Amino acid sequence: MTETWILLGATSSMARALARAVAERGDSVILAGRDMAELEAMANDARLRGAKLAEAALFDARDPGTFGPLIARAEALEGTINAAVFVGSMPEQAQIDSDPSLVDGTVTDSFTGPARLLTMLAPVMEARGKGTVVGVGSVAGDRGRLGNYVYGAAKAGFATYLSGLRNRLTRSGCHVVTVKPGFVDTAMTWGIEGMFLVAPPEKVAADILKAVRKKKNVIYTPFFWRYIMLIIRSVPEPIFKKLSI
Amino acid sequence: MRWKTAEYHGWGRALRAEGQLARPERRAALDALMREEPAPAIGMRRSYGDACLNTGGRAVDMTRLDKLLAFDAEQGLLTVEAGVTLGEIVDTLGPKGWIPMVLPGTGFATVGGAIGNDVHGKNHHHDGSFCQHVTELTLIAPDGTAQTVKPDTPLFRATAGGLGQTGVIASAQLRMRRIKGDVMTVTERRAPDFDAFRALLDESHASYTVGWIDTTATGARLGRGILEEGETIAGLVPPKKPSKTVPLDAPGFALSSPVVRMFNRAYYARVPKRGRTVVKPLDNFFFPLDKIHDWNRLYGKRGFHQFQCVVPLTAVEVIRDMLGRVAVSGLASPLAVLKRTGPGRAGHLSFPMEGYTLACDLRARPDAVKLIQRLEAQTADAGGRIYFAKDALCSADRIPQMYPELEEWRAEVAKIDPDGVLKTDLVRRLSLRSAA
Ligand SMILES: Cc1cc2nc3c(=O)[nH]c(=O)nc-3n(C[C@H](O)[C@H](O)[C@H](O)COP(=O)(O)OP(=O)(O)OC[C@H]3O[C@@H](n4cnc5c(N)ncnc54)[C@H](O)[C@@H]3O)c2cc1C
Ligand SMILES: NC(=O)c1ccc[n+]([C@@H]2O[C@H](COP(=O)([O-])OP(=O)(O)OC[C@H]3O[C@@H](n4cnc5c(N)ncnc54)[C@H](OP(=O)(O)O)[C@@H]3O)[C@@H](O)[C@H]2O)c1
Repeated sequence: MTETWILLGATSSMARALARAVAERGDSVILAGRDMAELEAMANDARLRGAKLAEAALFDARDPGTFGPLIARAEALEGTINAAVFVGSMPEQAQIDSDPSLVDGTVTDSFTGPARLLTMLAPVMEARGKGTVVGVGSVAGDRGRLGNYVYGAAKAGFATYLSGLRNRLTRSGCHVVTVKPGFVDTAMTWGIEGMFLVAPPEKVAADILKAVRKKKNVIYTPFFWRYIMLIIRSVPEPIFKKLSI
Repeated sequence: MRWKTAEYHGWGRALRAEGQLARPERRAALDALMREEPAPAIGMRRSYGDACLNTGGRAVDMTRLDKLLAFDAEQGLLTVEAGVTLGEIVDTLGPKGWIPMVLPGTGFATVGGAIGNDVHGKNHHHDGSFCQHVTELTLIAPDGTAQTVKPDTPLFRATAGGLGQTGVIASAQLRMRRIKGDVMTVTERRAPDFDAFRALLDESHASYTVGWIDTTATGARLGRGILEEGETIAGLVPPKKPSKTVPLDAPGFALSSPVVRMFNRAYYARVPKRGRTVVKPLDNFFFPLDKIHDWNRLYGKRGFHQFQCVVPLTAVEVIRDMLGRVAVSGLASPLAVLKRTGPGRAGHLSFPMEGYTLACDLRARPDAVKLIQRLEAQTADAGGRIYFAKDALCSADRIPQMYPELEEWRAEVAKIDPDGVLKTDLVRRLSLRSAA
């Protein structure tokens, strides 16, 4: 039975690792994003590694005009459809502070854009009665912090959306996995001070596939971030508001 | 592009650099970087010395540009991004019956790095060097322009083995070899002394030939070792075992001379007197050391050096003499290789020449430095050369003698990188770009 993965934000390092892993087991991939030249190259790579079908598709979270064709493409697919959202952007908080209009874009990239697309995709998946949605949030969404609270807020919103979507899709036999990565070694974190315990993107991809197989609801990757965030969440607000972590 | 300030090192860990690294994740990012702030490329830093270092400067880490771009099965031509490792290519296409024509002793080398050093493999005597099978490459010059470079052009000869000095190689097309299956038969034979070893090497007709040499053996056993001859076949072998990692720097005694002597004796005795033929997965034959990640940490914090030279066939006695010096020094590790090379080379600064090549690892100690300098002098006097991929210690004045095409190379490099933007530590140390 054919399984197809629609990867949104497919050029992200984590998505690239996931695309390879599923291509190697013979699944199909639709690689959706903005950099079409790169996505075409990724599609060739996926085919050479064993993907049954690999295609590039245009998707811009800030341009809902790109959503319709993608949904139409999904409807035309045979077999099981899985969707994984890797889209996100993290401008420096200081940049946002001096140009508040950046709030909108940050929230669109990490939350409302993908949420709107998933809302359009949900009926397609419901009709098939199977398939998994993977949504990549972030530990940054677990508590608003001085350093990146707009990004964190967008990720928190997305996590709440995913929780509701899970509640909905479970009724038709579909599943939703919320993924909260800690620090991952990608373009987003390269050269930023203060990174520790940085995980390779392949680790995230492997954890995602395991979570999909085991029908996990919410995972932290690597796993120990669950405990780090447990501690961070449990600091009382009167103290937390004075910290700069 | 964000730059990361990092301390980094080559495989030998004896030389280190602090500098800024960029790591583009896609071709467009690399193009933009080369337009705005060009820098030399580095791969997996499997070069032992300073070929992959730029102290106080910048370098572009190519390892995330690692896609397979196209494969023409009719002609056996594979196009890849330059940051992909050769091991990844073998793992992906080996089971489908294709491997690169030339594979060095580690699968962790990238295609860009393999071109930058025009690497050789266990089939050099038949098939020549890596770049002889590069059918075209895309080079981004320090002025930001990309161009296709074809073999038999001056720019190709300056780029093959050109240590990254002509620009950043973004992608390349490689000629692949059709194999019957991804399994190897390997015949191992003991050579009890140097003369026997040399005779076995001279007579070997196998597709792949390499010799392990016991650099602790002295006297009548000097130069003893094991010859390995490999052929690819179809068949079934047990699947790869997961690799292991050396988790920390080993203490100084881990590779002390009594330990190495004992290890080598056992390693030699492992092969029965009459020899044997065994069946192995491809990786185990081509990349025997890759199963243990970070094995370079076994040498402890101070790291190690690899000495590798090639001398003409007629200078074989020099190799015997070198082996004697290494054996009495007590500095050798179990890793030492003797091979016969053919004439194949693709660039002005390519290492291979027809002759014998000796490579051995030595713990980085003050007396190892002296020993290696002595071996380098012997190499030069014998009309041979040392290998830039391994070197950390040679002095600049010996290079013109070892690399007679140096001037042609300089002229071509000066055209494409007039401001010296792409210089690395090795290039500066050996005054490669200009007379010392
Ligand atoms: C265990 C082991 C076994 C080995 N066995 C062999 C062997 O059998 N035969 C052999 O020939 N070598 C051998 N080597 C050496 C190794 O193959 C070379 O050093 C090779 O160049 C390493 O590739 P890399 O990707 O690590 O490149 P690096 O070491 O990072 O770089 C090597 C050079 O290539 C340049 N370069 C890298 N990428 C690019 C690019 N994209 N564009 C332009 N320039 C670039 C760099 O500037 C540098 O000058 C061995 C090394 C090890 C560790
Ligand atoms: N790296 C970390 O430490 C870390 C930690 C926790 C969570 N995350 C999250 O993990 C996900 C993957 O990130 P990454 O680290 O792999 O970084 P990345 O490589 O920068 O990936 C971000 C991805 O989002 C895409 N994107 C951004 N804005 C978009 C838009 N408007 N429309 C369509 N696509 C858009 C980018 O596409 P383009 O190629 O077109 O730019 C890119 O593919 C992100 O959601 C990130 O927030 C990362």
